[in-house]
Amino acid sequence: MRRAAFLTLLSHWRRHPGQLLTLVLGLSLATALWSGVQAINTEARASYDEAAESLGQNSLATLEGRQGPIPQTRFVDLRRAGWLVSPVLEGRLRVGDRSVRLRGYDPLTAPLAAQAVDLSAPDALTGFLTGTVGFAHPETLASIDATLIDLRLSPQARLPLGVILTDIGAAQRLLEVSGQLSALLVWPDQPRGLPSLADIAPDLIRTAPQSTSDAARLTDSFHLNLTAFGLLSFAVGLFIVHAAIGLAFEQRRQMFRTLRALGLPTRKLIELLAIEVAVLALLAGAIGVALGYLIAAALLPDVAATLRGLYGAEVTGTLALRPGWWLSGLTIAFLGAAVAAAQSLWRVAKLPLLAPAQPRAWLRASERGLRIQAGIALAFFAIAALSLTLFSGLIAGFVMLAALLLGAALILPIFLSGALTLGGRLSKSALGQWFWADTRHQLPGLSLALMALMLALATNIGVGTMVSSFRLTFTGWLDQRLASEFYVTGRDQAEAADIREFLIPRVDAILPIWRIEGALEGQPGEVFAVADHPTYRDNWPLLRARAQVWDSVAAGQGVLINEQLWRRSALNLGDQVALPNGPTLPVLGVYSDYGNPKGQVMLGLAQFEATYPDAPGLGFAVRIAPDKVEDLRNDLAERFMLPDALMIDQAQVKSFSLGVFERTFAVSAALNILTLGVAGFAMLTSLLTLATMRLPQLAPVWALGLTRARLARLELLRAALLAALTAIAALPVGLALAWALLAVVNVEAFGWRLPMFLFPGQWALLGALALAAALLAALWPVRKLATTPPGDLLKVFANER
Amino acid sequence: MNAKALIISLFLASPVTAQGFAGLGTSTSDDFAVPAPNPIFAFPEDHGPHPDYRIEWWYLTATLSGADGQDYGIQWTLFRSALAPVRTETWDSPQIWMGHAGLTTKDAHFHAERLARDAIGQAGVEAAPFEVWIDDWQMLSTAGPDQDAISALSLTARGADWSYDLALNAQGPLVFQGEGGFSVKSDTGQASYYYSQPFYTIEGTLDLPSGPVAVTGQGWLDREWSSQPLAGDQRGWDWFSLQFEDGSKMMGFQLRDSSDDGFTSATWIEADGTSTALPPRALQVTPVETTQVEGREVPVVWRLELPEKGLDITTTALNPLSWMPTLFPYWEGPIRFEGTHAGRGYLEMTGYE
Repeated sequence: MRRAAFLTLLSHWRRHPGQLLTLVLGLSLATALWSGVQAINTEARASYDEAAESLGQNSLATLEGRQGPIPQTRFVDLRRAGWLVSPVLEGRLRVGDRSVRLRGYDPLTAPLAAQAVDLSAPDALTGFLTGTVGFAHPETLASIDATLIDLRLSPQARLPLGVILTDIGAAQRLLEVSGQLSALLVWPDQPRGLPSLADIAPDLIRTAPQSTSDAARLTDSFHLNLTAFGLLSFAVGLFIVHAAIGLAFEQRRQMFRTLRALGLPTRKLIELLAIEVAVLALLAGAIGVALGYLIAAALLPDVAATLRGLYGAEVTGTLALRPGWWLSGLTIAFLGAAVAAAQSLWRVAKLPLLAPAQPRAWLRASERGLRIQAGIALAFFAIAALSLTLFSGLIAGFVMLAALLLGAALILPIFLSGALTLGGRLSKSALGQWFWADTRHQLPGLSLALMALMLALATNIGVGTMVSSFRLTFTGWLDQRLASEFYVTGRDQAEAADIREFLIPRVDAILPIWRIEGALEGQPGEVFAVADHPTYRDNWPLLRARAQVWDSVAAGQGVLINEQLWRRSALNLGDQVALPNGPTLPVLGVYSDYGNPKGQVMLGLAQFEATYPDAPGLGFAVRIAPDKVEDLRNDLAERFMLPDALMIDQAQVKSFSLGVFERTFAVSAALNILTLGVAGFAMLTSLLTLATMRLPQLAPVWALGLTRARLARLELLRAALLAALTAIAALPVGLALAWALLAVVNVEAFGWRLPMFLFPGQWALLGALALAAALLAALWPVRKLATTPPGDLLKVFANER
Repeated sequence: MNAKALIISLFLASPVTAQGFAGLGTSTSDDFAVPAPNPIFAFPEDHGPHPDYRIEWWYLTATLSGADGQDYGIQWTLFRSALAPVRTETWDSPQIWMGHAGLTTKDAHFHAERLARDAIGQAGVEAAPFEVWIDDWQMLSTAGPDQDAISALSLTARGADWSYDLALNAQGPLVFQGEGGFSVKSDTGQASYYYSQPFYTIEGTLDLPSGPVAVTGQGWLDREWSSQPLAGDQRGWDWFSLQFEDGSKMMGFQLRDSSDDGFTSATWIEADGTSTALPPRALQVTPVETTQVEGREVPVVWRLELPEKGLDITTTALNPLSWMPTLFPYWEGPIRFEGTHAGRGYLEMTGYE
């Protein structure tokens, strides 16, 4: 009986292969987008963790200089005082058109956790210690022209990407900083009875091991964004699955009744149906995970490039198949199918044995149902509004987004219904009134697909607005911040001084870019020197400032702070900020500082020099006529033999920054289009489903004299009308989403708030896309209608009434 | 990462044949200098490093008696290992320093190990004024201007939860091992330059986890350098320094090879410092009893016979578990002996893999 019943249930799919396809495809697409995004995130996190682990950053404390690099003699001093520390030198090394992280360490004193390479092979240690051999990940090796480095590089897969590991001596030579270290690794266990570090090394700050790597922390928000996208795509996909399962259940009502009448208990029936859903979920989940892998593999190189450019975080370009990942993909497919099928199963469970088994449009809207739906929607809006007070940080932002989108999706049918009623009232002709009424009648069957479309559109508008606002702000900000035409850095103090002398007669102005690192308000930060010059007065992007701010800063009466520090520490103009090893000064102004994770203070040059006399003053921004930049670069290269990496012109920095930016949002764009595609597919399946049920409603109209061609045109118009109304509804939702992203999520994730700009052109384009998707989806059912033999239409009167 | 592999490669200069203890049995690289017979030493220069030889050490052991009545022993060693027979003034100097310190009590054996690069000041040896150091461990000359630089030393070392600080004063002259400081290690001619200062009396403090202990005792410093101290088939050695109650002393070692027919060598040192090199194989050493240490059988009771000097003694370890679990593990600890002669000494056993 059980087997027979199961085969009977399954026979439905044999007779409706299209429905089966819809269901499986919907669930696979949903799973694919979700698991694709997850694959990218997992891969990136794994890269960060490996990076931190292989160099010991997650297990070792470090000592860093309060005012920049540590002289090598400090290392020897500490060792000779008994402290077990090991030197590290890190810097960027330009290799052709790429820059890599060069890390030098001393394999003899490094703690075990920082021993990333095996030097036991014959000659390996000799080669390493004498600075002729270095190591890099095979992918890193493949990405650079190793012949440009004065080092024989061997592949070592354990190393983080984008890192070249050398001996400390080789690193000093390649980075041209002899006698300097960037940090000391502190062994976890130190001998008893040592003098305290505070006494013998007051110039060094001890930093605890980082439980999460810098890269992981910095990129958290980026990955959260991707996750949110994946979740959204999944939700959109679930609408399709829900529709397909619902339809399949409705169409089998007769079958259920017959099986029940033959003696199959309800419990058994539910069980069999659940097994059926589970089998389908497994199938779709497997396809989805495979598709997800393909999506992730296609997107990963771009994501990796973004992470490298934006955060300096290296992520492998190749995807590993991790069991945790594909298991989670299958699980989410199961969960999705379960959620989508729950309502239908519930209804089957409550199906009266002798209920009429007539198939019908399975979601007939009732006044009561709509009211309940409206109530739930309003509750979601309330949660969205309250989220900022109920939760804090990023969670608040995402609760707000989720509640907003869900509420908007639920209220959509009510909005559409209202709009259609209004249209009907305004219409004079009988045909017009029929059109509006009939459209409204179809609404329940289409509402899930329309919700999906609305969500996709709203997300597109929201993310598009955020991206474009960001781009506009960012480019404007770059123009302001990078006002100087040329940037040059000396290799040491003496050379920097020489360069300055050399520049004075040749350029319009020389602005020092000097800085020290240190704690600001208890977090890592940096202090920059700012010269009193029109370059700053005219260009520097101040968010708020006291009157005569530049005069006051130049006079040393206060400082400027960046937006991140201002927001994180909730400082106001006039509040006092303690500078690391320096005075406490009032805040006179706040400037925007996109892309920088750290807090920052700008101090007048004179006072900077007085407070930090030992700060390395190596860098200068140079004001010069743009057409003279090339000559100056050549002169400097000739006179000081400066490598290209130390001389950068404005155009280079800008094009690099913007390139990173464009790549970042290439990923968002790809996901956007995929989401929209899923929504279009949802439209298609819903319209197809409805088409077969609509004959009874169309036949009378045809009988009254409307040609099939005219009816088909009206059907197309209907699809376009619904899509247009949905797009209109999506606009405010999308803008609210953009606002939440810019004003809540970004502030929490990055510490800066972006002004919101509106881009009506984008909306028009999206609206057109939505119309096109709806028309495309409607085309097939409409063609079927236009070619329905008149006999079928006539049969309606015989069979259905 | 396998630090042990690293360190083994460190003492296995190329070409690697993985023979002998700590790679000491590898053939010399073409460029390293090789010890030659009839050496003429020059001091204080020869107290300092010889970078054109592959391996060198400043090796001090001491048998001590505490104010608490207990026996103690300490070891202080700085090894120099050259990857190439040159020295530079920067990080790329191919000379490597390795420090070992040990402190043995009846019930415990403490050890510590340090590694350092050359040329940056973290470790090194200066002949004049004489100073041997790695990190905060140091062996510093306290001798007067017209005395031998190593005739008086101050010595410090520190481990995780212990340290010592000792003052050493030599009561006799330097002793040249083998033929005037040319110490042959095998029948095929492997040899080293080798001299000792075995006449130190010591005073100082051991700082143990249980608290400080004032100690006095006797110390023995070995200076040795070579480029190929072991023959290829020699697996390790058993080295003894013995201090007899009448003030005379003996240094003896056995080099074990695969044939069981170990090569032995001994130097007899009178109380006034006059020394006699005994012919190869005059000394007979026989393991009497072994102990399981770190998963290996290590002989901790030995019978030593030297018929020429009427010596027949049995040595016992203060602590049979005097294991140095350093990157090259070995056994090193104080001993007592009885038989025809009685006294205290130090035993080092390598190559018990």
